[in-house]
Amino acid sequence: MDCTHAQALLSPYIDGELAVDQVAALEQHLEICPECRALCDAERSMSTFLRAEGERFTAPIHLKALIRSTIERKARSPFADLRFLFVGWNPVALAASLLLVVAVSSGATLQLMGAGGAGHEAMVAQEVVAGQIRSLLPGHLTDVASSEQRTVKPWFGGKLNFSPPVIDLASAGFPLAGGRLDYLDNRTVAALVYRRAQHVINVFVWPEGGDQQPRFEAQSGYNLAYYKHGGMEFWAVSDLNAAEFKEFIDHLRTASESAT
Amino acid sequence: MSVEKELKARRFQQVIMPHLDAAYNLARWLTRNDSDAQDVVQEACMRAFKYFDGFEGENPSAWLLAIVRNSCFTWMRRNHPSEVVAGSEAITDETTASGATILGVDNRELSSDPETLLIERRDRMQANELVQRLPAEYREVIVLREIEDLSYREIADVVGIPIGTVMSRLARARKMLQDSWRRTQAQR
Repeated sequence: MDCTHAQALLSPYIDGELAVDQVAALEQHLEICPECRALCDAERSMSTFLRAEGERFTAPIHLKALIRSTIERKARSPFADLRFLFVGWNPVALAASLLLVVAVSSGATLQLMGAGGAGHEAMVAQEVVAGQIRSLLPGHLTDVASSEQRTVKPWFGGKLNFSPPVIDLASAGFPLAGGRLDYLDNRTVAALVYRRAQHVINVFVWPEGGDQQPRFEAQSGYNLAYYKHGGMEFWAVSDLNAAEFKEFIDHLRTASESAT
Repeated sequence: MSVEKELKARRFQQVIMPHLDAAYNLARWLTRNDSDAQDVVQEACMRAFKYFDGFEGENPSAWLLAIVRNSCFTWMRRNHPSEVVAGSEAITDETTASGATILGVDNRELSSDPETLLIERRDRMQANELVQRLPAEYREVIVLREIEDLSYREIADVVGIPIGTVMSRLARARKMLQDSWRRTQAQR
């Protein structure tokens, strides 16, 4: 084997893609040729280096959420292709179209289920999911970013006519990330944001009488829970798995009960 | 809402969505910026969903990556036509032999202690920069090989070229990397 031939085989050799007989012939050549051996070492070290240090970018969570929800909508709504009426892939237009589809399909749900409590609940559930997706758009997650109850609670003070319970669950592994105002069920509500690893949990809170044990459901790939307690209605939503999501709800309820 | 469509969406989420990071990584490397990469991945996923009925293969990752890379190159031809080299195979053949000889001289010195070199003289920034400077066709195969750890067969499927071309393109890309790195060192 001459050097030109050997050097042509170096790349597949270090990738482990060379046939066995060619490996033997190449190694024989490398034994006797310091120049090709040096080249081989240099290429191998570059490969090792890129594997160790080359960046593997990961998709932003809001991108995953957008794609997931768009797919869901396409599957369930006859109006799925409304999205294409909007120019380009501007995330704001995309969010607007998602909301439009939500509005249309939740209207349909209402008719199907009647105007009773269940229909209303389904409608709120859809709005909650839309709220979660909206919150994941860049810059929409929190208006006040803080893990401090003492910072987040007063922030709501001047903006709402009620005082949502603000509880940090960092000790349970669900740190508070902040809060913001949102609009759900035709009213301004408090949204509290918690995190678990890369997952985001939104908790929407507003005043509502009555007591209701938690009810869980899954929608568009998200887990939802809702309950009423202490004059407040709580809706939580996340892409967290069902077990951890339930754990979060348990902690949230226990903590808010002991706080009141 | 039809049950079939619902099932298709569910299956898509289970089979294809786990490869979204790989899809984004490839798009991010090819477009070189986050917002274009997001646009391209979204577009590619909608195309993937549209054609998902026809997907029966065993390698959903390669299938999605092939759609993503095609979307990327369409995007580049539209937005940065100068970056996409037409007929890049000609370049491969033309420079291989001479390139190798030149590199051979220098690399003897470089390889005297590869471990030390790795630790002391290169860092992540440099790794990314080296890859970033490659022309798109070569950047693509390096990212698929070194960062996504695909086999030659899988790369051939994703890029839509014969395995022999994967081999020569990778070899050429590696020579470019050595060359580029050598120039960086000379400037210091």
